Order: sequence, then structure tokens, then C-alpha cells
Amino acid sequence: MKIRHSTSSGQDKIELQMTPMIDIVFQLLIFFIMTFKIVAQEGDFNINMPQASPQSAPPDQVEFPVLKLYLQSNGGELAGIRLQDEPFPNFPALNRRIIEHIGTDSGPGSNQESAQIEIGFDPDLHYEHVIGAVTAVSGHRTKDKKIHKLIEKIQFLPSAGGGAPAITP
Amino acid sequence: MRIRKKDSDVYEADLTPMIDMTFQLIAFFMVIINFAQTEQNAKIQLPESTLVKPPEQPFEHQLVIHLTREGRAIISGQEMAIDGLRILLDGEARALELTQSRVSSATVVIRAHRKAQAGEVQRLIKKCQESGFEKFALRAKGSTDP
Repeated sequence: MKIRHSTSSGQDKIELQMTPMIDIVFQLLIFFIMTFKIVAQEGDFNINMPQASPQSAPPDQVEFPVLKLYLQSNGGELAGIRLQDEPFPNFPALNRRIIEHIGTDSGPGSNQESAQIEIGFDPDLHYEHVIGAVTAVSGHRTKDKKIHKLIEKIQFLPSAGGGAPAITP
Repeated sequence: MRIRKKDSDVYEADLTPMIDMTFQLIAFFMVIINFAQTEQNAKIQLPESTLVKPPEQPFEHQLVIHLTREGRAIISGQEMAIDGLRILLDGEARALELTQSRVSSATVVIRAHRKAQAGEVQRLIKKCQESGFEKFALRAKGSTDP
């Protein structure tokens, strides 16, 4: 067997074939660009709802009465907003009323810390209106775009049709 | 003067910077795509709210449940009726207990369609409560309108 030795001195440059790699890399790049979707900013409203146990104690030393909000539905659309039997035309009006009610101080021992609200609604109401109500009671944006919190303890009332979450504070 | 003659007149462009950039772009898009797909579903249009902002810290344990407009739940890619969730939720609760964490420390992230019936969301919450989950997060999309 003859072993071939390179006879040329010096110029032993190995050339990589770049073309197939670049082809693949660009295909990958195009795939990722096409599947890329700009995601809108998302956030959460936290609610704490343990299942009510029979021995759970009633809420003790509530300095602030629990507010009750009810949303009425008409075929899924919002038909009425009632806070403690007082009707409101829309969520901004409700938000203003809550601000009046709670005040703007947010330190320890303030109304804002102890206030609670229970939200009830007709079961066929569209979920976006419930989020609208939660938004209206839980805070507002000040002029400098900062979020000012209002009521943080939010619970859902059992719906009239049964099968609703049990509420404990 | 001696003129050097070359055998081949091949001009090679320097591809290194281009390949560097391309790989960086690929890496960027790969990371973004993995992140977005884990907790999104194309069927779900979230309700909008002016107050939402991304959570400052991620939940300790989270379980994302989607709720479609028709009131069906989607959990880790499987679509099912809300009533059929019980076995899956109990399984999740057991798995959490095996990792020495309490079920009550886990957060159920509810991503419901904006036109879904609110009563269905309540039913979903109740099902989760029956399996021992206590913390819920209602997810909404940020909006700029006041």
C-alpha cells in the first residue's frame, strides 16, 4: 500500500465548507423569527381562598366592615354594579367611590390594610367584567402612572347556582 | 520588478463575524420562544386590566390552568372538562407533597378567556380547593387605557 505524503511544503490549509452550515443556520434563524410572537405584558391578581372548614372561626376584630359588591349580568354583558346596594354606572365611578371610602393613606393600621371586599356575580357574566371589578377595587393609577393599592383582601362570593368557592378571611 | 502570479483568484470573505451574529440571534430567539410557550395558549384571550405588572418574583410552585371560552380547562396541554380535573389536581398535590412542600404553598395561575363565564372560573377554583390548593392568581393582560 502506498501512503501518500503531501509533497507541497507549507501551504497545507484545510478549507472548511461553510456553505451548508450557513444554509442551516439561516434556516434556523428564519424558523425562530417566524415563530416569534411579541407577548403583551401579563400580571396576576392574587387571591387567597382556602377551603372553609367547619371549625373555622368567624373573622375576629374586623375594624372595617366587609364590603359587598355584586355584578349583574344580562346575557354575559354587565347589567349592573351594586356596592352595598348602591348602584354604579361603570367601573371608574366605583373606583372613585372606593377611593373615597378607603382613603389614600396606606400605612399600617390604615383602612386600606384592613378593608375587605366580597365580590359576587351572576354565573353567566363574562370573566372580563369580573377582572374589571377586581381592577376597580384593588387599586388605581395615579397621574404619574404609579399603582396605588386600595383593597387587597378580595374574595369571591358563592354564586346563586351553588358550586362556588368557600370563603374564609 | 517581479509580478507574482497566483494560480487561483479566489477571494474569501471573512465569515466569522456574520456567523457570530447569526448564532447570537438564534440563541436569543430560542430562549424567548421556550419562555413564552410554557405558559401560553393561543386559544386564550386574556382580559385586560390597567393594574397588572409582571410579578416581582416568580411563584414558589405554580400550576397554570387555562380556561377556554367554552368553559373547558387546559392543563399542561391536555384539554378536559372542569369536572375531570380532580384526578390530575390530586396527582399534582401528591407530587408536591413528595417534594416536601405543602400544597397550600403552591399557586394556581388561572388564565381564563375574557369571554368565559365567570361561574366556570368559580367552579374551577372550587375544584382546586377540593384538592387542597389555596392560593390563586388571576392572570390578566396589561392595557394602557385608563
